[in-house]
Amino acid sequence: MSAEPHYTLYHPRWYRRRVSVWWWLQNRSYTWFVLRELTSVFVAFFAVVYLWQLRALAQGPEAYGLFLLRLKTPLFLALDTVAFLFVLFHAITWFHLTPKAMVFQVRGKRVPDWVIVGSNYAAWLVLSGAVAFTLLRG
Amino acid sequence: MPSTVALTVARYRPERESEPTFQTYEIPFRKDWVVLDALNHVKDELDGSLSFRWSCRMGVCGSCGMKVNGTPKLTCATFLSDYVPAPIRVEPLDYFPVVRDLVVDLTDFMRKLKQVKPWIIRTEEKPPAEGEYLQTPDQLDTYKQFSMCINCMLCYSACPIYGLEPSFIGPAAIALAQRYNMDSRDEGAAERLKILSEHDGIWQCTFVGECTKVCPKHVDPAGAIQQYKLTGATRWVKSLLLPWGTR
Repeated sequence: MSAEPHYTLYHPRWYRRRVSVWWWLQNRSYTWFVLRELTSVFVAFFAVVYLWQLRALAQGPEAYGLFLLRLKTPLFLALDTVAFLFVLFHAITWFHLTPKAMVFQVRGKRVPDWVIVGSNYAAWLVLSGAVAFTLLRG
Repeated sequence: MPSTVALTVARYRPERESEPTFQTYEIPFRKDWVVLDALNHVKDELDGSLSFRWSCRMGVCGSCGMKVNGTPKLTCATFLSDYVPAPIRVEPLDYFPVVRDLVVDLTDFMRKLKQVKPWIIRTEEKPPAEGEYLQTPDQLDTYKQFSMCINCMLCYSACPIYGLEPSFIGPAAIALAQRYNMDSRDEGAAERLKILSEHDGIWQCTFVGECTKVCPKHVDPAGAIQQYKLTGATRWVKSLLLPWGTR
């Protein structure tokens, strides 16, 4: 005989509630979570624009000029602004989540969360500075 | 402070109704009462047919988890005074089948917990005569947080992924697996990797983070899962680069 209580398996009258399609509006952190997941679309958008830029660059100065002109249209300016805000949201939220995944021990003590978050911001600043320096130098 | 408070409780009596309804009881408000005291007052004085689980009344047994005003809580540690004068609404935990009133069925979790082998696994057991497996306080500290889990299921009720994908192993079971993986006396990490790194393991988690927020014992299951993702991914890369090394 099995030790498993079979009566629970075939219980006929349990009530199972279905998850609403709007579950992500039920509390604020679910909404933030879904927004954070959505940011991936805008990260992809920037990647596609970048590929488009490379293609224009390969096709010569005329094509590149046209690409730059298109970027200056109100539609693209609006899209870029929205995408930039989402990517910023993406970076900041993920920076603040890194200490959850990365746990370092130094001399038997856990490195505090702010050090890990801070080093992300520091790396971001240094890299952005390096890019700005390279671009603005010439 | 008011002298009474309206306590709205979800009722489900399978022999009478096909889906839950709500019933409101007017109960005396006392500053030192928790929601569980209020439920016991209803059960003792107003309506003996109300069903709910409880045992220790001190946040240790993990039986009295319910949703209070929409948030998963241990009712023995949730004071009425945090809510009054607003009415209080008590519901069973989300995503588990409701057996009766506030009682849910936890068979699914028990099955999953067993799958992650939450016990110390040794490749070779040493005979008892050789003594116990020793551990330093520092070694204990690495997993102690995850060992505080009381299986109250608040984290499952807070996890929309578990609601949408019921096959997900879930926060508490993964945190408990990690508790044993990080134990210096344990050698079973490879055995647990199989179940944890499958589709229904860590990779179902999209890091909503609510499990950690609702945990009454500060276990941080979301942290445990993300740390394990890092371990899983590192092992996968290693097995790709050194296919002969991980066998």
